[in-house]
Amino acid sequence: MAADFNWAVGGEAGDGIDSTGKIFAQALSRAGRHVFTSKDFASRIRGGYTAYKVRTSVDKVQSVVDRLDVLIALTPRTIEENLDELHEGSVIIYDGERTTMQDVEIPDGMIGIDVPLKRLAEEAGGAIMRNVVALGAACEVAEFPIENLDSALEKKFGDKGQKLVDNNKEAARAGQSYVDEEYDHEFDYDLETTDEDYVLLNGDEAIGMGAIAAGCRFYAGYPITPATDVMTYLTGRIERYGGHVVQAEDELSAINMALGAARGGARSMTATSGPGIDLMTETFGLIATSETPLVICNVMRSGPSTGMPTKQEQGDLNQMLYGGHGEVPRFVLAPTTIAECFWKTVEAFNLAEKYQLPVYLTADLSMAVTEQTFSPDTFDMDEVEIDRGNVVDETTIDDHMSESGGFQPHELTDDGISPRAFPGTADGAHMSTGLEHDEQGRRTEDTEMRVEQVDKRNRKVETAREREDWSPREFGDEDADTLVVTWGSNEGALAEAVEFLAEDGLDVRVLSVPYIFPRPDLSEDVAAAENVVVVECNEQGQFADLVEHDVLARVDRINKYNGVRFKADELAEDIKATLAEGVEA
Amino acid sequence: MSSDIRFTDFKSDKQPTWCPGCGDFGTMNGMMKALAETGNDPDNTFVVAGIGCSGKIGTYMHSYALHGVHGRALPVGTGVKMARPDIEVMVAGGDGDGYSIGAGHFVHAVRRNVDMTYVVMDNRIYGLTKGQASPTSREDFETSTSPEGPKQPPVNPHALALASGATFIAQSFSSDALRHQEIIQKAVEHDGFGFVNVYSPCVTFNDVDTYDYFRDSLVDLKEEDHDPSDKEAAKDVIFDDETEHQGIIYQDEDSVPYHERHGVDEDMSVIPDGAPEGATDLVREFY
Repeated sequence: MAADFNWAVGGEAGDGIDSTGKIFAQALSRAGRHVFTSKDFASRIRGGYTAYKVRTSVDKVQSVVDRLDVLIALTPRTIEENLDELHEGSVIIYDGERTTMQDVEIPDGMIGIDVPLKRLAEEAGGAIMRNVVALGAACEVAEFPIENLDSALEKKFGDKGQKLVDNNKEAARAGQSYVDEEYDHEFDYDLETTDEDYVLLNGDEAIGMGAIAAGCRFYAGYPITPATDVMTYLTGRIERYGGHVVQAEDELSAINMALGAARGGARSMTATSGPGIDLMTETFGLIATSETPLVICNVMRSGPSTGMPTKQEQGDLNQMLYGGHGEVPRFVLAPTTIAECFWKTVEAFNLAEKYQLPVYLTADLSMAVTEQTFSPDTFDMDEVEIDRGNVVDETTIDDHMSESGGFQPHELTDDGISPRAFPGTADGAHMSTGLEHDEQGRRTEDTEMRVEQVDKRNRKVETAREREDWSPREFGDEDADTLVVTWGSNEGALAEAVEFLAEDGLDVRVLSVPYIFPRPDLSEDVAAAENVVVVECNEQGQFADLVEHDVLARVDRINKYNGVRFKADELAEDIKATLAEGVEA
Repeated sequence: MSSDIRFTDFKSDKQPTWCPGCGDFGTMNGMMKALAETGNDPDNTFVVAGIGCSGKIGTYMHSYALHGVHGRALPVGTGVKMARPDIEVMVAGGDGDGYSIGAGHFVHAVRRNVDMTYVVMDNRIYGLTKGQASPTSREDFETSTSPEGPKQPPVNPHALALASGATFIAQSFSSDALRHQEIIQKAVEHDGFGFVNVYSPCVTFNDVDTYDYFRDSLVDLKEEDHDPSDKEAAKDVIFDDETEHQGIIYQDEDSVPYHERHGVDEDMSVIPDGAPEGATDLVREFY
């Protein structure tokens, strides 16, 4: 892999950290470089510490690493927070004229670049542009052609007038010239550009775009970190495709609105995070037993309760698998990359309608709010296929009537899948209910019908197991003795960790599992391996438990639950250490 | 829509298990008649019901319907109507469903002014759980869970609706069949959220708010020269603690329903076989 470059801007919430980082990331993407971003942020609007980090290379980057080459520090705390990642030769750009930064100490071996950010910004037209001055300074340090910033600045400020765009361009150049003139240090970086075209998006946006592509027309939600971006993405966009977004009064309402729209025949979804799933679980059994297709997106964050709302965790697996009273069939999908967030969303809608049940689509904070570059072909809309399952109309409904002439939305069939009639379909009137019901949807406590309906609902899952492809994604060395299994957003870090391990002479085989239920049978894979390690961002090893349950064997576990996602280099070390310790009996 | 629809077409083949004499029979009959009178048929009607005695109405009526979770009928109706503006949506629930567990949804459904009808079968008691105080029970009404009465004032649903920006507030009595049907019909025809609280007596667990009580005490606003478009007059009716009223209490003639304000007018059940036209524009935005 070509050399990567790791950059960050950090300060207090309210310092414009996010937009500054995004401008730099976009400039890199437009210059034909791959980008992977991450955020350190807190659940507050002002103060605290927040940072936007960018890793870039001309080759694909799909993880963060434990290294920082250039840091724009607006506060002393930004330096403190990143001491572990800074290294000998790291550059710290700061404004020594800022009161809080006057006495800042640049750690030994690092290079402090003191730029009067505020003063230069004021000269260019306003103090508010000080972060852009810093971006210009960073371009000079990284030998990144400053023209690339221009298009990102135009995208950011274009609708506010050319004057503002020009001022920002000037501010950037002021920062660049200042470093050029005041520092004659030779930096090691050379951020070359390429002719490649990339798009830059985060997981929430990919889910939103996937929903529109899949024909989702109705979204109801209640704002919650880190799922809100799905809602904000759809707002203003889904309307262009005939859809609508409602901000509900709470998650109880959101999921019931989504349920209502689905009963109306719309492809419908809601998105939330763990605390919202708690509330939505009230309605989950109704969705399943009324056989309503619905996509419920859970963008996980650290729990329990309010937990660490802006931190990473994959702790809701059991909640999604088992939440709700009674026994409820459901599917649980967990896209493993930002690109897969798009495709698995499309798949979730098809599965929901084909099998007429709720589908959990789960991402997590680190995937939801980080951006990655992809070739635009990754999201080829011509590849999107829509399968609405067994929907009847006026001409086909006659085959699904009871002897007394009532439509049978819960008809007992060999594959468990019954016909669906949308409101307005002649002779299709029927009630859907959370009560146990007969084939027509009428309440029953008949012992035989009860068993037949339970079996029918479960038969859909068996049918899906047979008909659909539930394979994991595989990479690494297929003949390796060591098998590493993971799920969800850890794939990127693991893919890069595999390269680090290979450099150290350790080959591993990786299975990255996007399907939690139904899920692939890993029995043979586990049996063929000498060592098996399951990697996930939780303490209890919820997925490892599932693997052990499926294969009836013990596996090793790497669990991270400090609120920070896996980093590629760190994960490689973790895997080595785990293998050295051996399997815990 | 066929013109020969009769209200009995909205009856299912299930016999109601409500107690003989229950007010809900009359409430349901009025709903069915109003639906038929307004030109609807079972295949273009969606009834949403909650939990409780009132929740059983979805079973006894014949239409597209959802019998849902306790207290969440209004959000379901909202979703149906937004996805299917072409479908007539009627939501039914009890005083517990609407003003206790679902009170939060009531306020916001009123605010949204979605073009649907909300019928609350108010018997001032929890019937299906065999007689506990409801949010509309009188302060001194003795029940198994309130031996000396709830000792808190009942919810004033009309006031709650008015405070939330309602465009249609009405009160009917299930036993006054013609008047009840007429009021429900007005709510169906209203351009927005048509809210009707229906006195629907529980003959088993409420010996205070009985048929006789309502017959003797109800004052019909139609005979009182009440002007429903006059919000101040509506306030006077709503906060008159001495009198039980029936009739249209308030109607905003200029009501603009949700779908008009938000431009939601498409049948969302119809989608293309692949990604919608112009979907690639979404990818381009990420350059």
